[in-house]
Amino acid sequence: MSSAARRRCLIACLAALCAGPGLAAVPSHADPFQSLPWEDMRREYLGGARAVFDERVQVQGPAFAEDPMNVPISLRVDSTLGPVAQIVVLVDRNPIRRVLEYFPMQALPALSFRFKLEQASPVRVAARTADGVWHVGGTWVESAGGGCTVSGATRKDGSWPQTLGEVTGRLFNGGEASSARLRMRVMHPMDTGLVGGIPAFFVNRLSVRDAAGTELARLQTYEPVSENPVFSFDFAQAPTGGVRVVGSDNNGNRIASQVE
Amino acid sequence: MTRGIASLLVGLLTLVGAAQAQHKAELATLDYHLSARALAPGVYVVEGDNADFSVANGCNIINTGFITTGDGVVVVNTGPSRRYGEQLRSLIARTTKEPVRKVLQLNLHPDYFMGHQAFVDVQRLATPATRAGAAAEAAAYETNLYRLCGDWMTGTEALLPDTDVAPGPWRVGQREFELREYRGHTGSDLVLLDKTSGVAFVGGLAFSRRVPTTPHARVSEWLLSIEALQSLGLQTVVPSHGPVFADGSGLAQTRRYLQWLDGHFRQAAQQGLEMNELLRAPVPAEFRAWAAFDTEYLRNVAHLYPLYERDALRPAAKLKP
Repeated sequence: MSSAARRRCLIACLAALCAGPGLAAVPSHADPFQSLPWEDMRREYLGGARAVFDERVQVQGPAFAEDPMNVPISLRVDSTLGPVAQIVVLVDRNPIRRVLEYFPMQALPALSFRFKLEQASPVRVAARTADGVWHVGGTWVESAGGGCTVSGATRKDGSWPQTLGEVTGRLFNGGEASSARLRMRVMHPMDTGLVGGIPAFFVNRLSVRDAAGTELARLQTYEPVSENPVFSFDFAQAPTGGVRVVGSDNNGNRIASQVE
Repeated sequence: MTRGIASLLVGLLTLVGAAQAQHKAELATLDYHLSARALAPGVYVVEGDNADFSVANGCNIINTGFITTGDGVVVVNTGPSRRYGEQLRSLIARTTKEPVRKVLQLNLHPDYFMGHQAFVDVQRLATPATRAGAAAEAAAYETNLYRLCGDWMTGTEALLPDTDVAPGPWRVGQREFELREYRGHTGSDLVLLDKTSGVAFVGGLAFSRRVPTTPHARVSEWLLSIEALQSLGLQTVVPSHGPVFADGSGLAQTRRYLQWLDGHFRQAAQQGLEMNELLRAPVPAEFRAWAAFDTEYLRNVAHLYPLYERDALRPAAKLKP
């Protein structure tokens, strides 16, 4: 069997697992992706706490990464799991596995973003419920590779300092599952540190606050988040008077903008 | 009912050579089994699979062509690999006694020129923008095609076009051509019109019964180019991908698709949809039935939706930290 055929078989087997009883409504301890690093990842990023695979943590991505530097992921935690304090996004086969941590606070446990994928991999979303258990969902994204080890466009053409920290955004009426959605884009090169001579340089904290300054949602972001990242936050109740987006990068540059 | 039968007949008549048996690539012998089909005296199309790149089809998904002029053959695009180029050249030698005089490359995409190695002794023409683009992308194309096509690529290295060509009248031998340069599918989309036969090689500006590829696309410019081409009243239109139609309907199909995509993506962005929602939103049945839908539509979304998203977001006022 050629390696390509083996890989296709592997993908087919994984697809069968995802569709089959492995990810049924009952949480399971069997990793649907049978990925070797998972156990180490659980220890390193989830504090070694109990983790179950649970399809109520819904993760959507493309079947393959047409643009490995911008792989779109959408996550949503089913309301039957109750309140979710923290969500962690991990990518098994990335050189930097942790993509982001999300604290939904007053927002819904749902988020969309794009990230840099180095090679085909499971993309995991772990949601911590009130009992301290991590519920883990995932999707497989196929890739030709190379998302983390090449520079982004604004690093290549040197234009990033002209727009650093600029925010564009908009509050939309919600769809079926929410009453409002904030979409925003922050201009930042999001260097992974894995390109020769270019140190890691990335947005590491973003908060969404209401007009009174109350924090509605908080993100901790890491190197694999895409250049000029676009995020979508969903809210059960539309924030009145717009929102403030405040944050920083790992060099201490500040981000602070008002989105209507 | 009568109208139904009539339109069915029109459909059958306008799809030139739809009944032709497809020659399939053969992996065991790495033989593309290329065949030339005459569209007019001395004007031939060599039809590829209407599909996405795969090992099974040898990554032969392009329609190339060649035209006799009385003073040598003009080749239009050379396919995805060295092997394709060599087999194309031997097909030409079996079809006509005229030597190959010129290769014309219509845009910068890999299946338009990765067969150039078989034409190292021939002048290879492309617009300056296509030459620059092909040079910039060549290494990435090689990597990608070796990964996608496997053994079919053995021995293939990008050999670039070596001569600038400009739009305008172009005479080769006894044949009067006109070259027109458009844009939108890529930054430079060359069209070859054969004045004698009326056959038009429109390259990547038309995809018939196939979802268009968009890595270098600008939708609004592409639509303007199609309108301009449609105003020429072309008859036999050879697209680079998908069947040849005698009534230019490949252009109409691509126009319809791009207009739908433009409106659909804009509306999605204005409603705040994110990419995974757009990927899973309904697509008209006509387009879903086209070749390569599953892979190419995903690529369309990845390439183009960020542009619509950007338009939908508004600059946010900076606050004092």
